Amino acid sequence: MLSLLTHIGRFTLRQLSEMGRMFLFLLSALMLAFRPPAKLRLIIHHIKTIGVDSLSVVLLSGFFTGMVMGFQGYYSLRKFNAESWLGSAAALGLLRELGPVLSAFMVTGRTGSAMAAELGTMRATEQIDALYSMAINPIKYLVSPRIIAGLIAMPLLTAIFDVVGIYGAYLVGVGLLGVSSGSYFSGMESSVVFNDVYSGFMKSLSFGLIITWVCCYKGFHAPPMATGVSQATTESVVLSFVLILIWDYFLTSIML
Amino acid sequence: MIRVVDVHKSFGGQQVLKGVTLEFATGKITTIVGTSGCGKTVLLKHLNALLLPDRGEVLVDNVDITKLRQKELYEMRGRFGVLFQAAALLDSMTILDNVAFPLREKTEMSESHIIKKVEERLDQVGLEGMGYKYPAELSGGMKKRAGLARALIMDPEIVLFDEPTTGLDPVLATGIHQLIARTQQAFGFTGVVVSHTIPQVFEISDYVAILAGGVIEENKPTREFRASQNPVVQQFIRGEIDGPIRVL
Repeated sequence: MLSLLTHIGRFTLRQLSEMGRMFLFLLSALMLAFRPPAKLRLIIHHIKTIGVDSLSVVLLSGFFTGMVMGFQGYYSLRKFNAESWLGSAAALGLLRELGPVLSAFMVTGRTGSAMAAELGTMRATEQIDALYSMAINPIKYLVSPRIIAGLIAMPLLTAIFDVVGIYGAYLVGVGLLGVSSGSYFSGMESSVVFNDVYSGFMKSLSFGLIITWVCCYKGFHAPPMATGVSQATTESVVLSFVLILIWDYFLTSIML
Repeated sequence: MIRVVDVHKSFGGQQVLKGVTLEFATGKITTIVGTSGCGKTVLLKHLNALLLPDRGEVLVDNVDITKLRQKELYEMRGRFGVLFQAAALLDSMTILDNVAFPLREKTEMSESHIIKKVEERLDQVGLEGMGYKYPAELSGGMKKRAGLARALIMDPEIVLFDEPTTGLDPVLATGIHQLIARTQQAFGFTGVVVSHTIPQVFEISDYVAILAGGVIEENKPTREFRASQNPVVQQFIRGEIDGPIRVL
């Protein structure tokens, strides 16, 4: 019994200290991001890596998510003779929930994992030590620009996901299932308010922070070996997914 | 002058350094030898505080660098150049950008001056015209030379070499040793070399120290080291299995 309690205690302490280290890592990266000189070229480079390189997967997933919403929404709304509200249902679902969450999942899988693997490899091949030894702070050089880029790129990708998703639902609802084009857009116009867009924007902004923070942390502290890199990559994806869902719950409950 | 005093270091319960005390003469090359995994690289990484000791002091010009604040530590690290075992070139950059990197990040030099200085250093290490290549396109020896060019670009007072010839053929290893000796004579830096490439490394060393069992067993000028009757030194030089160093 005592041994079990000891194990639980040790595990809890380990998790708490890991959380503390993660928080300090984020704090340090954010503080260094605002300390001159600004790494504008690096930020632009990472916006390209996170944003442009994830664009195709975000477009594809957004389009198909929208089409599925078109089918499912039509099926549910028809039971209440409310098919004309399809545009409203699709837009609210995408703007408030599915757009931010699914595009964050796509970016985590596409870019976050690559970020963790790249930093993990840099750790294993002593490139991070080389930066320290050249008197260059690796957190300012490697992590801060990625976090800033994530904060900029994620809302943009989410906006693209939303627009493509709404168009996908329109194609299915109006093109295949015969919902009137006018009622699709007028329903959307009458029910979507600024707070819906704002809520989605805030979610995508915080998801951008979560993805870059978690993936950079895991990669930066990866054990310096091949298995260490793969372990860091897996952990970064899993932890990002979990934190996105938990944070999504809290934000939704606050901003509803 | 660099001095390590009674440095202890453990990793996960395994004690690697058990009270290392060693002094590195200014403007000379000191080589630390020892069996693989004995803690040479760990000791080297303490010299510019890439690792911090559990106990003990690392003194650079009588300042204990283990107690420096972050800003002072970064300033102190600016006095060092490091050639890592696998060169540790940033693989997203060309060789020219790698060598230019510390100048671009740490100085106000104009781009034309930076390029001129980088090309000069690349010439000195025999990599003229290779600046546009990426690290992945270079052989092991070329990477080491590019790493050396980067280590020397800020004209450091102290250069640390972590196994500079590991993985290279004997001819290339001799070439790298000669390059270290030549650049040391040209720039006058204090060199610390970690190696087990004996006896070749003796040719460039002013002093040799042997690390065994977590402590410095012997530290002498090269000629005296070679003639030492210390059984640890003799076993290591002769490469014998039987002796005070337990390998298997």
